[in-house]
Amino acid sequence: MSAPRLGVLAVVVVGCLLLGLSAGSVALPPRQIWSGLWHGQGEGAVIIRELRAPRVALAFLVGGSLGISGAALQAMIRNPLAEPYLLGLSSGAGLGAVIAITSRAAGPWAVPLAAFIGALAAVALVYRLSLVSGRRLDPHVLLLSGVVVGAFAGALMSAIMVLSDAPGVRNAFLWLLGGFGGASWQALAVFSAYAAIPLVALFLHARSLDLIALGDEAAHHLGADVDRIRRLVYVCTALLTAASVATCGIVGFVGLVVPHAVRTVFRPLHQTVLPVVFLTGGCFLVLADIVSRTVVRPLELPVGVVTALIGVPLFAVLLRRSLP
Amino acid sequence: MILEARSIAVRYRPNSPLALDDVSCQVGASELVAVVGPNGSGKTTLLRALLGLVPVERGSVLVEGRPVSRWSRRLLAQTVGVVGQHEEAAFPLSVAETVMLGRYAYLGPLAAPGPRDRAAVQNALEQCDIVALSERQVDSLSGGEWKRVRVARALAQEPRALVLDEPTASLDVRHEMELFELVAQLVAGGLAGLVITHHLNLAARFAHRMLLLERGAVVAVGSPVEVLKPDVISRVFQWPVSVSPWSDGSPQVIPLRPSDPTRTTP
Repeated sequence: MSAPRLGVLAVVVVGCLLLGLSAGSVALPPRQIWSGLWHGQGEGAVIIRELRAPRVALAFLVGGSLGISGAALQAMIRNPLAEPYLLGLSSGAGLGAVIAITSRAAGPWAVPLAAFIGALAAVALVYRLSLVSGRRLDPHVLLLSGVVVGAFAGALMSAIMVLSDAPGVRNAFLWLLGGFGGASWQALAVFSAYAAIPLVALFLHARSLDLIALGDEAAHHLGADVDRIRRLVYVCTALLTAASVATCGIVGFVGLVVPHAVRTVFRPLHQTVLPVVFLTGGCFLVLADIVSRTVVRPLELPVGVVTALIGVPLFAVLLRRSLP
Repeated sequence: MILEARSIAVRYRPNSPLALDDVSCQVGASELVAVVGPNGSGKTTLLRALLGLVPVERGSVLVEGRPVSRWSRRLLAQTVGVVGQHEEAAFPLSVAETVMLGRYAYLGPLAAPGPRDRAAVQNALEQCDIVALSERQVDSLSGGEWKRVRVARALAQEPRALVLDEPTASLDVRHEMELFELVAQLVAGGLAGLVITHHLNLAARFAHRMLLLERGAVVAVGSPVEVLKPDVISRVFQWPVSVSPWSDGSPQVIPLRPSDPTRTTP
């Protein structure tokens, strides 16, 4: 890791976090952010402490987690175009959430919990399907099962939405588009509780990811327990994606664009890639969230729409540049 | 013996025919053994069995005298280095980074490579004569260079045995000779060497012993002179050949054309 690049990265991270705290329907200058954060004083203190700080922190953590999931899956499937949502997770989580929303389940925990259950059920089903069709967890079969399970969950989701009443449909639709409008310290705590263990586990297996990316045989010969590492990557990325979807709905492209961009700038060894992807993914989602709540204020654009609008052109540029 | 298969039988699926039947093979230190045979004769299956990647139905596979199934992947990687048939990098690393991956089996999850690891990598780069390439990206290398890098990575594992699966496939004459010379030199330095190859003539010149497989069974085993008999080779490879000794005494196989006077029907 080169020091100047790391320095730039550190500046970008701090800049993004400050920008996230200051931008919004009420713009706050840095001094107010400072006094609001540390002393709880000034007109912006409530906005800073109760609205923006948890929102920025949550966006940062979710972005980082989605980026890490993407990077790990890309190594496992040996394809730089892999993405968390390809595993059928988003649809599983979406189905769970839509069931909870349209049936008007009460309480702040109901929707995330239902999304979790949906996502984990989808994971279990994909896992089971790919075990049936091949003895080992063949990445291609895994992807295929993910697509099939995703399509099935998506169909159920559409059916339920069509059959429910107008407010139910609207709420479900808004949730599916995603956003950090409901961010709170509680949501941050819930997300951290689910994300901490998989994040640490993946960081600890950075070197194993380098080996897995060489292919099964080579990884075996170099001393990696390929099946165990595969299972670990699969479960960890599933948990991270499920936690993210439950927190802020379906946000695509972070897991795809960020690792790809990081690999073009930094060395592609995962001990470098994973931490840098975490920070960059966090920044990316914080910026996307800023755009989502400022461009059409007082309305908010769904953050998933923003990540797609930024992510797709960015991806096109990267793809062009990376081709010879 | 460093690598040893004792009358092993391997079957990939319950009702399919045996992929290997009653095959034995031993490789000791400072010994180069070449496994030859037509396509589909079980060469790669034998290699996979020796590395514990496929279970054996009968017989046993021993690494340094201990059943291979009792070795952890990590310890096995510290004892046996393997250069597989194909490998394509998904993310282009530098040569030095790639060779450092050979130290995986020695490094903890967070540990940075220490002096011993760097020394092993440097040593491997020197042995394979690729120090000058160490900063190059692996996707910019030629086929011959990429093979040497993978041999270097296997050497960075500081193994006692080196196993190569068709190391000279798609290499030109110079590069295949360079690779065999490198392997011969490493074996002379004390490594046990096992090479799967289609090059009967190179095998005859470099290997101490040869093992000829046909449809999963051993047809001949012994010194190159004992294995490369014209009638046996003609029958196994289903093509008439003539065998004549090179000046160093190693038998060289010449496939015959219909117009050749020495042609006899196998």
